[in-house]
Amino acid sequence: MFSYIGRRASHSILSVIGLLTLVFFLTRLTGDPSALYLPLDATAEARAAFASLNGLDQPVHWQFAEYLKDLLQLDFGQSLRQNRSAMEVALQAFPETLKLALVAITLSTALAILVGSLAAARAGSLFDRIAGVASLAGASAPDFWVAIVGILVFAVGLELLPTSGTGTWAHWIMPIFVLTLRPFGLLVQVVRGAMLSALASPYIKTARAKGVRRTKIIFGHALRNSLLPIVTVAGDLATSLVNGAVVVETIFGWPGIGKLMIDAIIQRDFAVVQSTILVTATAIFILNIAVDLLYAFLDPRIRY
Amino acid sequence: MTILLPDTKSTEEPGTARVLHAYLKRDRLALAAAVFLALFVLAAMLGPWLVGDAASRLGLRQRNLAPFSLEQSWIYFLGADTLGRPILARLIVGAQNTLGIAAAAVFSSMLIGGALGLVAGYSERWYSHLILRLADVIMSFPSLLLALIVLYTLGPSITNLVIVLAITRMPIYLRTARAEVLELRERMFVSAARSMGAKPVRIILRHIAPLVLPTLVTISAIDFATVILSESALSFLGLGIQPPDFTWGAMVANGRGYLSTAWWIAFWPGLAIMLTTLSLNILSNWARTVADPQQRWRLQTLRKAAR
Amino acid sequence: MKNVGNPILKVEGLTVDFLSNDEPVRAVDNVSFHVNRGETLVILGESGSGKSVSTSTVMDLIDCPPGDIVAGSCLFDGTELSRLDADARRNINGRRIAMIFQDPLAYLNPVYTVGRQIEEVYESHGEAGGREARARAMELLQRVGIPEPETRIDYYPHQFSGGQRQRIMIAMAIALKPDILIADEPTTALDVSVQAQILDLLRDLQRETGMALILITHDLEVAASMADRIIVMSAGKVVETGPAREVFSNPKHAYTCRLISASPDGDPAEASNKRATKIGSETLLKVEHLTKEYALSSGAFAPKRRFKAVDDVSFEVRRGETLGIVGESGSGKSSIARMLLRLSDPSSGKALFSGEDVFEMGGKTLMAFRRKVQMVFQDPFGSMNPRMTVRSIISEPWAIHRDILPRHQWKERVAELLELVGLKPDHADRYPHQFSGGQRQRIAIARALASEPELIVCDEAVSALDVSIQAQVIDLLADLRTRLGLSYIFITHDLPIVRQFADRILVMKQGKVVEEGDTATLFRAPRHEYTRGLLQAVPKPKWLMSENEPPAEGADVFWSDRPRSGSFSG
Repeated sequence: MFSYIGRRASHSILSVIGLLTLVFFLTRLTGDPSALYLPLDATAEARAAFASLNGLDQPVHWQFAEYLKDLLQLDFGQSLRQNRSAMEVALQAFPETLKLALVAITLSTALAILVGSLAAARAGSLFDRIAGVASLAGASAPDFWVAIVGILVFAVGLELLPTSGTGTWAHWIMPIFVLTLRPFGLLVQVVRGAMLSALASPYIKTARAKGVRRTKIIFGHALRNSLLPIVTVAGDLATSLVNGAVVVETIFGWPGIGKLMIDAIIQRDFAVVQSTILVTATAIFILNIAVDLLYAFLDPRIRY
Repeated sequence: MTILLPDTKSTEEPGTARVLHAYLKRDRLALAAAVFLALFVLAAMLGPWLVGDAASRLGLRQRNLAPFSLEQSWIYFLGADTLGRPILARLIVGAQNTLGIAAAAVFSSMLIGGALGLVAGYSERWYSHLILRLADVIMSFPSLLLALIVLYTLGPSITNLVIVLAITRMPIYLRTARAEVLELRERMFVSAARSMGAKPVRIILRHIAPLVLPTLVTISAIDFATVILSESALSFLGLGIQPPDFTWGAMVANGRGYLSTAWWIAFWPGLAIMLTTLSLNILSNWARTVADPQQRWRLQTLRKAAR
Repeated sequence: MKNVGNPILKVEGLTVDFLSNDEPVRAVDNVSFHVNRGETLVILGESGSGKSVSTSTVMDLIDCPPGDIVAGSCLFDGTELSRLDADARRNINGRRIAMIFQDPLAYLNPVYTVGRQIEEVYESHGEAGGREARARAMELLQRVGIPEPETRIDYYPHQFSGGQRQRIMIAMAIALKPDILIADEPTTALDVSVQAQILDLLRDLQRETGMALILITHDLEVAASMADRIIVMSAGKVVETGPAREVFSNPKHAYTCRLISASPDGDPAEASNKRATKIGSETLLKVEHLTKEYALSSGAFAPKRRFKAVDDVSFEVRRGETLGIVGESGSGKSSIARMLLRLSDPSSGKALFSGEDVFEMGGKTLMAFRRKVQMVFQDPFGSMNPRMTVRSIISEPWAIHRDILPRHQWKERVAELLELVGLKPDHADRYPHQFSGGQRQRIAIARALASEPELIVCDEAVSALDVSIQAQVIDLLADLRTRLGLSYIFITHDLPIVRQFADRILVMKQGKVVEEGDTATLFRAPRHEYTRGLLQAVPKPKWLMSENEPPAEGADVFWSDRPRSGSFSG
């Protein structure tokens, strides 16, 4: 198993290096940051000084070599905008995103398992149909639109919740709701589908022939066997939450990694862009490993 | 000499289209979704020709016109935006871009991902591993963030938008196709074809691809919804489509600044996105039930025997 | 020691439908039967005869809808089962009536240890919990012959062999000493020797507990070896019922007669008619020292273990001859077929086809070889692309080998081939799923004939078919051999089938040939112990067995039924 993790890790490190290379050259294509960071009437000397200070006067491949050399010494560069270590900036923003993502994925998975398995156990009932339409609607709603409508109703209209920012518990409600909605909708569908096929499996017949109670058949046998597809999809959704909170963070002014990223791109703060990518990529890598280990824990037939 | 056959119990399949129609009628929700989508596609194709002018016509008197007012012509039924352009007309014109971009992205990712998946599944050469690694990289990295960077550097345009969306969705098709091929190539009819001397190309195109395709098409229905959502999110963030072109997502972004004064500018296009994706999801759900022999009876007219 | 008493279960006028589009499909039609305490009732029928549906209804395992119980009563020990409320009904399952199924790997929950699954029976009925349940589960495992139950109790189902899994299912079923045990095709997926052990176990347990046994099977030998009474079902109806010996020796209904006469075990004198009448002297295929080795991946530091699926096998097939290769699963017989058809590569050895080494062939010679040697696979549905019409399936060899037949003659030739195998020319535009199993195998044979082969390798070609259909397909193969001068390699696990059809037989065990000889001699005087064991493992009719005969092989046979260290298709 450790060799498995080792193999995965080495693959991932290669992938991260590839990714960073791509991002490095792409960001260099966007133009010269000095145009943004110096006053319009700055002299040519001032521009040259700024460029040489930040290594921008070198050819791009030279800059890249420098960058790699710094990476090896765990130096991720300076943020042009904030004048401090880029990694520090990224690591400060990351927990904010993680908090949202964790709450949202936990909430949506728990609710989806409950609703989905009850819907599957009573397939065709009124509850099943309502849960079906509601979850599909949740899966279909564009998050930015839900966020806007939420602001419209609860902040502008009813004045119950703040429009944006952080601080009190009230600031959490709308971002969490928006982030939970789509994963919840998708997961209900997955749970219901997996439960239906599990309930039709031969081993459920055995359990019925043994005289096992119905609640135990549903939650003990069917749900337990449905966990694998549920974990797969929940893992994917968690990945997209870690990197996809951009919209929600932008709308609600949440100081997370997504908002940082978008700001850094627009302000050509290259070192920050690269650090953000590195942090999220690492987080996703750890998440993937965790999901794989969870597989082995959930299904005794899977061994690495 | 002919040998007698006592075991002649062939089951005749009735016309497939007719059966599907019957199943669709049994599920009202799916029927409504299908009708709704058909209307939308029709509107997207014919709309610009009918109301294209109206969508860009500025109207001073209609600025921020509230919806449901019947004083103006029907085209202002859903209100007008800050420049007095009728929202209904803009929704119809926006539908073409929204659906067109999504269709192009889904189709190209299905085609490329499917083809790569067929190769990666059937062959065990080095390029199969390379393809898989590539898919892993795309899958396991922040795709939306990457899309932001790419769009920002390459410049937001419809083509770049389609490329970025297609690349981020491609691994789904690749992995599904590969998983199916891995299973299919162990099937006996593939062994049979190999034992007859069939070449790999023939096996892939004649025996495997036709069986993989239906799965990919089913996925593409759900994926279409996802792509519409991603595209509108990118356009909402200003990195998608650029003026004067617009999609529903861009329309929501435009209306965001006027939430307290003219909520309808952002509301309607968002609702249009939601209804479209909802319809797609309902239909693909229905298709899944039809395809599952264990659940299909739910869509059938069950008549009990007389007793 | 039989205490045949009053009926413990009495099913009367049971009619069950499955609802589907418009017309309900009748699965069971006015079926009545009863079973007495301590008695074995066998329900005999081919697939689709409704034999499983009737007992599943007794167990309340039919989901309604799509199932629909139209009429009938199930009287168990004086209680009408359909009138019980859900909890009382549940309490009967497992405690008073228990059931085991055909495919124990699918019917055991894959994510729980076997111990936990057995303990669940006690817990569900409030009989015992915790430590006591575990101790009793361990006793049960011991009783059904699982070695080292103290450790194996914490294993998962996939860590056992097929026979052991069925023993575990049985342990679960007898945990609360039920009055009735329903066994639905309990040995169908198992090798003959393992089958014999499981049947012995069931017989012993019945003797110990005095439970009634309802055994559902399609296998005449199994039926004969177990039954006190038999009911024969066909197309949802009971067509014959009576004491076992009477039904077998004097079948009344036309269906039963056909079933019993189709049994390959029937009349050996008649069977020999199907063997080849003229065998040429020319050697068509000569296999020398064929070996296939797999490396087993074990722990990271342990040396690689090697596993020989085929171990130094040599044989010959002459023109016009049928060679039977017989062995249980894992004996390497299918690996030989795959290597001969170049679907997998041998580790070493030669196979000379008309004097040329098959394994050295490439390019044009290989293509020519692929024309002359064809294969008919076990599963006639799986071996045909479901999306292709029968016409394109049969004409595929011509599409691959362009020089066999010009395209404009394809249609005509397909019609000829279909008639040759006993189908109608207008079947050509249908798809495989529109045919029954036997018909599909005919299509597969037509495809094999399309390239005008000299040798056809049949890998378990009739094993998936019902007995009556098996006989028809064998007749067809025998007829084609006479008319077209074909040679066959006929691979099977089923000794009675080759007895009818093969001229010479090769018996394989664990990759090695243990015995070779012409069919008559081998059946009359088997030399090798393993062959004798195989022949004896074929179940004998119960009325020929003496009452106190000890179990056929004794307890030490459990050890031959070991868990598989890796899974190899034999």
